[in-house]
Amino acid sequence: MEYLIIIISAVFVNNVVLSQFLGICPFFGVSKKISTAIGMSLALVLVMGLATLVTYLIQNYVLVNTWFGEKIDITFMQTIVFILVIAALVQMVEIILKKINPTLYQALGIFLPLITTNCAVLGAALIVVTKQFSFGGEPHMMNLGESVVYAMSLAVGFGVAIILFAGMREQLALSNVPKAFRGTPIALITAGLLALAFMGFQGIV
Amino acid sequence: MSKFKYLIDGIIKNNPIFVLVLGMCPTLATTTSAVNGMGMGLATTAVLLCSNMVISMLAPVIPSKVRIPCYIVVIAAFVTVVQFVMQAFTPGLYETLGIFIPLIVVNCVVLGRAEAFASKHSVLESGLDGIGIGIGFTLALTCIGLVREVLGNLSVFDNKFSSADGMLVFVLAPGAFIVLGYLMVLFNKLKDRKKRA
Repeated sequence: MEYLIIIISAVFVNNVVLSQFLGICPFFGVSKKISTAIGMSLALVLVMGLATLVTYLIQNYVLVNTWFGEKIDITFMQTIVFILVIAALVQMVEIILKKINPTLYQALGIFLPLITTNCAVLGAALIVVTKQFSFGGEPHMMNLGESVVYAMSLAVGFGVAIILFAGMREQLALSNVPKAFRGTPIALITAGLLALAFMGFQGIV
Repeated sequence: MSKFKYLIDGIIKNNPIFVLVLGMCPTLATTTSAVNGMGMGLATTAVLLCSNMVISMLAPVIPSKVRIPCYIVVIAAFVTVVQFVMQAFTPGLYETLGIFIPLIVVNCVVLGRAEAFASKHSVLESGLDGIGIGIGFTLALTCIGLVREVLGNLSVFDNKFSSADGMLVFVLAPGAFIVLGYLMVLFNKLKDRKKRA
């Protein structure tokens, strides 16, 4: 039950793009066609789940732990360690995928390297280790299972938003837009209206 | 004088937000008021200046195959410094900006300038470029924050000029997209008019 609340909250209520403003660059960058939007979202679900799993373990067993009988807390290294781990992880996923599943690699190919600088990945990793959540109960730090489910749901939320948005942009490409609005401005305003629609989910959880 | 050009270019001709359209996440998320936008802009400027200068010094010795991870480590180090400074001196702002301070690491403006400019120019030029782009970024963020604040909260730099309720939607998420969209339209329109004149 609690996992269901986490999923709904992350996908719709606190949508990663439209209400938390993470991952805006790929949201505008790869949303011109629905097919590329789907590829990007799939790659992101995979990477965000893995990255949060690894960074959660690093946070709780490396940065804050007892080494040789001495309690240490080096959370100030968080930013540097997390970004390096994510960059290495993305490279590794790329290499492994190329070896074991070339078809999937072909499909995700160009999106994987782009994901390193997607702030949704680092953002999710930082959110789960710094913020307390109360999914229908007492506020608490998320455990490993909850963290990974939360991060993957955020990525699914990204997918929902970007696929809807890509659909709109395919229509938009055919319509006659005033010159000053062409390109990014009209895309931003469209995204604003989409965000307005997503505000309707506010208060469900 | 010629060096001075690098500083000016970043403010209008290469404005990171209105022209290059980089670093959208902090732009949309932290501009709920002019003060917040300015705080984020200045934090990014500090990181840009330091990382640009250090990277221009290191660029000749870094093998080009591993340059991106090296740049990211340099940037992450300065972000951590900025994070500490803000936590100590502006705890309120630090709380408001939240995870968007560590997220300066993945701000495309910073890495973009390192790759496109600092790795090919001298320390002085890179420093000036860092300040110029930083000021351009700060001005844009303050501008967006100001519009959202005036419409949404009826206040200017946190001073309320009317006790009535503003249009709350402009302070919330959708307002960020819409305000930035219309400001870009305005920017395009002005540029177009100048070109024709």
